[in-house]
Amino acid sequence: MSPYIIEVIGSILVLAGIFELLRRRQLSEKYTVLWLVVGVVLLVLTVFPNVLVSISRSAGVTIPANLLFFVAIVFLICVALHLSWELSRLENETRKLAEDLAILRLDLDEHTARTRADDTRS
Amino acid sequence: MSSEPAGERALIVVPAWNEEQAVGETVREIYAAMPMIDVLVVDDGSSDRTAEVARAAGAKVLELSYNLGVGGAMRAGFRYAVRHGYTAAVQVDADGQHDPRDLPVLLAKLSEADIVIGSRFEDGHDYEVSGPRKWAMAALSKVLSRLAGTRLADTTSGFKATGGRALPLFAQHYPVEYLGDTVESLVIALRAGCRVAQVPAHMRARRGGKPSHAPWKATVYLFRAGFALLLALVRRWDVTTVTQQVAPSMEGS
Repeated sequence: MSPYIIEVIGSILVLAGIFELLRRRQLSEKYTVLWLVVGVVLLVLTVFPNVLVSISRSAGVTIPANLLFFVAIVFLICVALHLSWELSRLENETRKLAEDLAILRLDLDEHTARTRADDTRS
Repeated sequence: MSSEPAGERALIVVPAWNEEQAVGETVREIYAAMPMIDVLVVDDGSSDRTAEVARAAGAKVLELSYNLGVGGAMRAGFRYAVRHGYTAAVQVDADGQHDPRDLPVLLAKLSEADIVIGSRFEDGHDYEVSGPRKWAMAALSKVLSRLAGTRLADTTSGFKATGGRALPLFAQHYPVEYLGDTVESLVIALRAGCRVAQVPAHMRARRGGKPSHAPWKATVYLFRAGFALLLALVRRWDVTTVTQQVAPSMEGS
């Protein structure tokens, strides 16, 4: 099998994987668009490698692979940063929930203790 | 809510993480020093019997589902205080380092300031630090004193009374990161226009656990303290909106 076929099959598998995650609702909507675009771009570039060559020529990059690496690295850094941000936000939200839960639990305990005391008194 | 004319309605908040050895005695000491006060122990996801011991000693107990750190425990305490109409909250560490007999002094000083720090460095008190930790504390003290416009000798003290405008502010914005509960919280309060004062406080040997005085730890502390301060100074805090909504939510009791 030629490398070309393997590359194309690989890209199709990636795209199928993303699609499957989307179908099973494992990926929230705001991320699916992003990753679908990535999967499609990947597939286009593997099926038509000349697209990459002509883009890099017009961008003034001598070796097409370098353009690909550069774009990929910038993209991945952005994704990692975004995930850190999202994680910090989630952590903050879960903290708030834990605090609220503890406060409500104490309030509930005191409330039940009070009503029970009232019941026994009457 | 009943509007009490004079005097603070104060809540003592005791953050406790695996302190079953010490927390009971600490709570009893607080009641001995101030019999009419409410004590809230925040059990910060302990795996031991901290909550039971505290409850047996007569404290209210907030049980956090998992460990949130001192900052998170204190924020829960502040939120409880605001929700239940308290006008002041005082942090007392569970390990017995803070002497509850200083509590009336801290609370009295709240009439002049929004935050009162129990300082371990006042004359006649025996709190010794050395090396990098000392430099870090000195630098923090210098910067924060300038920000506050008054001398603050001990800015990393956990022994603090929070009242006035600072309480609703902290209920929303208490920082949860390392050293955030001391250094960063002061920066936030000062940015929001709170007044900070200090009173001398006694420090005692802790009842359980061991203090961290290894030199490399102190050096790490120096860097983390510096970083925490820088972070606190550059961070944006939306404090103006908070200080306006001072009215606490009603308690349905």
